Amino acid sequence: MINIEQISKKYKGAENYSVSNLDLFITEKEIFGLLGPNGAGKTTLISILCSLIKPTSGSFSIDGLTYQKNKNQLKQLIGIVPQEYALYPSLTAFENLKYFGSMYGLKGKYLDAKINNALEHLGLAAFAHKKIDTFSGGMKRRVNLIASILHNPKVLFLDEPTVGVDVQSKNVIIEFLKQLNNNGTTIIYTSHHLNEAETFCTRVAIIDHGKLIIKGEPKELVKDSEGSHNLEDVFISLTGKALRDHA
Amino acid sequence: MHKLLASAYKEFLLLIRDIGGIAILFVMPLVLIITITLIQDSTFKTVTDAKIPILVVNNDNGNVSETILSGLEESNAFEVNIKETEDLAKDLVFKGKFQLAIIIPKNLSSGLEQKVAQNVDGIIAKFGIEEEVDNLPKETLESKEVKLYFDPATQMTFKSSVKNGIDKMVAEIETKSIYKSFQEQISDDPSEVIFETENFITFKEILPTEDNKEIIPNSVQHNVPAWTLFAIFFIIVPLSINIVKEKSQGTFVRLRTNPVSYATVLGGKTLIYLVVCLIQFVLMLLIGVYLFPAIGLPTLDISGRLPLLFVVAIFAGLAAIGLGLLLGTVAKTQEQSAPFGATFVVILAALGGVWVPVFIMPKFMQTLSNISPMNWGLNAFYDVFLRHGSFLDILPEISMLFLFFIATTLIAIVYNEKKNTV
Repeated sequence: MINIEQISKKYKGAENYSVSNLDLFITEKEIFGLLGPNGAGKTTLISILCSLIKPTSGSFSIDGLTYQKNKNQLKQLIGIVPQEYALYPSLTAFENLKYFGSMYGLKGKYLDAKINNALEHLGLAAFAHKKIDTFSGGMKRRVNLIASILHNPKVLFLDEPTVGVDVQSKNVIIEFLKQLNNNGTTIIYTSHHLNEAETFCTRVAIIDHGKLIIKGEPKELVKDSEGSHNLEDVFISLTGKALRDHA
Repeated sequence: MHKLLASAYKEFLLLIRDIGGIAILFVMPLVLIITITLIQDSTFKTVTDAKIPILVVNNDNGNVSETILSGLEESNAFEVNIKETEDLAKDLVFKGKFQLAIIIPKNLSSGLEQKVAQNVDGIIAKFGIEEEVDNLPKETLESKEVKLYFDPATQMTFKSSVKNGIDKMVAEIETKSIYKSFQEQISDDPSEVIFETENFITFKEILPTEDNKEIIPNSVQHNVPAWTLFAIFFIIVPLSINIVKEKSQGTFVRLRTNPVSYATVLGGKTLIYLVVCLIQFVLMLLIGVYLFPAIGLPTLDISGRLPLLFVVAIFAGLAAIGLGLLLGTVAKTQEQSAPFGATFVVILAALGGVWVPVFIMPKFMQTLSNISPMNWGLNAFYDVFLRHGSFLDILPEISMLFLFFIATTLIAIVYNEKKNTV
């Protein structure tokens, strides 16, 4: 499904590579977690896969398609939930979703029904016609998610989709994503919530300093790591306890 | 097409939800045009109706100074205040209390009479008309100097127009004195008219006519097109901020992952901001036609010119939008786009001839003016408003404006593609 070969990225003026010679293969209908400390290269890798930034070297394909050859096809195939709330604050949830749905060529009653259905599923039906700038962080995250799935993407990229939300919102989001996955959507997501990743993901990859350290099923990784009781233990044993502050 | 219309509708919603933005787009240009026209109209009236208080120190008290004083009074431009001493007048002017002081020298009238009489005597003697020629050596008369003191803050244009006016007045007095002296020498009858002292050469301004009626341009006919264009171009500020905001709030990142071209996104903005430009234009026209006469300003005459005016407004609007799209695409922050946009519009206005007519600019600036889209727009508006031009007359200017729109938009699209291509 997603084939990443020797991808590297070094930003202009940076001393080190953010992503370095990374190889990864993600199969269809997986829920794949990209885990790592701050600055490990998770967002950079997702941004490359979503065509937001250009890799310094290496190549990748999604469902056999590349941006160089099949740009619009590929864009129609994927959905991205960015870390920031990529919404217009002065528009209502419905207006935002209608606009972003239109950008995928959706229109009319079909689009309206899709929006209403998704808002209903994520507990936002009552707020459909309220402006985004009146929403809480959790509500914005849910609208942010809906804006990315209206066109039924085959692959959904999520960059920290549950960051800064309460437990209730997080559960609703995770359940919704599981439902999408059951319906055939491949999910690639980054998170700092290791407990969440352990139960949610079918496979995870831990990356640090831009390099792939380990990958596999969460349960297998815990089992193979001596003295580890959960994914967090595995994570700490592989990435260390040192702070990862960077500017 | 569906994506373009959806983008335009989104822009419409964003615009109507931003009350401050609407105020900038619609109210500020109206305030600007009313203020500027009132000021410019009063400046115009300075030369015609309103009187400027000036000081005169009359050390002569003769015919010439009487003529100068009555000339100043009759000009209706000045309110003459007589002062006793030069020092007092100079002090008041240099302190900024008065714009101008005229110091008429002592014995100006008698000196001029003597000088003229001396010259006329000499001429008549040459022709042998005088029976007795005074062979005594002629007295050397010193030339007289009328001093002008100006407030240092006085503008050069006012200074030179006053200097020219007084110069003309003095020249007329001299001429009349010469005629008078000849008359006295040649004829014994003072009532006999030998010389016609009225000007032989006069000036007549020929204005364009419409239906055999002369069209006299007023300050409103000049101001409305110039400042309307200025307001239209100010659209680059909110438009560029709109684009920069999309980048900073993350919606632009989402759009980049959507199957929609940057041209479509910009197209939506172009459609809505063009409508904004046209609404601005209509409001300006309404102000000129209805509000200005109500507040004592001349009426804006748009009769029979409306279609062509709209054509110019559309193309000027497109040029302004193209510039806004480019600025918004290149700028990274609102702190970059807003001050740059505002300053750039002022520079374009100055280059375009909105502040100072292009023909009085230095050669280099005149050349630069030719590449200012505001100059093309202003010329097109003047063609319609003042020169009563046809569509063919404005075709070169509107073509340039359209090419400018195409060029700036293309550069914005290419720049965006280059920056974001994967």
